[in-house]
Amino acid sequence: MATKKLGSQTAALANPPSFAGHANVVGKKEGEGPLADSFDYIAEDDTFGEATWEKSESAMQKQALTLALDKAGQAAANLDWLFAGDLLNQCIGSSYAARGQSVPFFGLYGACSTMGEGLVLASMTLDGGFGEFAGVVVSSHFCSAERQYRTPLEYGGQRTPTAQWTVTASGAAILAREGPGPYITHVTAGRIVDKGIKDANNMGAAMAPAAADTIAAHFRDTGRTPDFYDLVVTGDLGSLGSELLVELLEKEGYTLPNHADCGMLIFDAQDQDVHCGGSGCGCAASVLTGYLLNGMRAGRWKNILFCPTGALHSPTASLQGESIPGICHAVAISVTK
Amino acid sequence: MEYLKAFLCGGLFCVVGQILIDKTPLTPAKILVCYVTTGVILSGVGLYQPLAEWGGAGATVPLTGFGHLLAKGVKKAVEEQGVLGAFTGGSTAAAGGITAAIFFGFLVALVCKPKPKS
Repeated sequence: MATKKLGSQTAALANPPSFAGHANVVGKKEGEGPLADSFDYIAEDDTFGEATWEKSESAMQKQALTLALDKAGQAAANLDWLFAGDLLNQCIGSSYAARGQSVPFFGLYGACSTMGEGLVLASMTLDGGFGEFAGVVVSSHFCSAERQYRTPLEYGGQRTPTAQWTVTASGAAILAREGPGPYITHVTAGRIVDKGIKDANNMGAAMAPAAADTIAAHFRDTGRTPDFYDLVVTGDLGSLGSELLVELLEKEGYTLPNHADCGMLIFDAQDQDVHCGGSGCGCAASVLTGYLLNGMRAGRWKNILFCPTGALHSPTASLQGESIPGICHAVAISVTK
Repeated sequence: MEYLKAFLCGGLFCVVGQILIDKTPLTPAKILVCYVTTGVILSGVGLYQPLAEWGGAGATVPLTGFGHLLAKGVKKAVEEQGVLGAFTGGSTAAAGGITAAIFFGFLVALVCKPKPKS
């Protein structure tokens, strides 16, 4: 049997799945940022009409999936599989959001890389012939993430200069076995990379080595060079992490001519006081499902390598003195098969 | 003049805290504990009382002032009750502050809702 695996980490999809629909829902601050035009719904109120931040996050995720399904012209019942994730303990943001839908459900945790993890799994599932449609939806909410990872908002803690800002956003994509594109042609699943960074306020530095590892593996496995892509876009390395990524890839012999970072795209770092940029699953997901995919449909880019990054630590592990394991998944998206 | 001294003294404590947040990996919670402990030690060796007299609220309101209060309470209780005072003095002296913090915290929680930072 012919294998679809290239090298050590990459799957070349024989029947590249198409993005049938994609949508995003964001909070107020994100809606005031430079990408405002690319969001489908900007909330006036980050509570989304709910009594707790966790419920707000689920409401936001539900809305993003509904919008993406509408754009794809499909009902939730037509989804064969749903891959969903968020940043909360036990992934409750996703499981409560999916509670009303009777779709086979996979809850994923990949920290801020979850959109990539979901797209990798969904596209391999469809390429394998297991169904016609798969949904991928992820979310993060500033207020629930602060409670989960740092301190509750009520505590009013000071932010450090290297801290990133968890984006309040949800992004959803509906993948179809057949369609007019854009297509996912290759996926490179990341390995855990941990260089011993312990500062949870400096996740860009913790994730950059993982991003460099996966991007280099993608080029190695596929035989492609960085200039094949019009844009190599990382998840949320922020300004510090991005500098580090460029340095690390140069050591591996790759120069990135067209690099962008979702964490830096989504906010105006000067005007919006977000220190090192945005983070959270919703960051990469909302930039992909708006700015990037819309741009591909408009003919701005033909080939994109989407590489969301995640810091896979927990507050407990950090308190026990553990370092931060990083991960990055690469998804090659093209307007042609 | 009194206000100026309080402003300078309190401001200096805040500047040190800001530098610790910006330049070290210390979390705000660790800095908080360090401030209280520093207050206890400075008070114990007799340095904080003169500072509190000079800086007024600028020295007693910041967290180091809370440490000073704990140490003063222990000193007083030990004089009155002996060794047992080392265990009871601190919390007795701080009881007013702690109870007020819990009570007013509760009141505020009843009427206010958290909002995202803008």
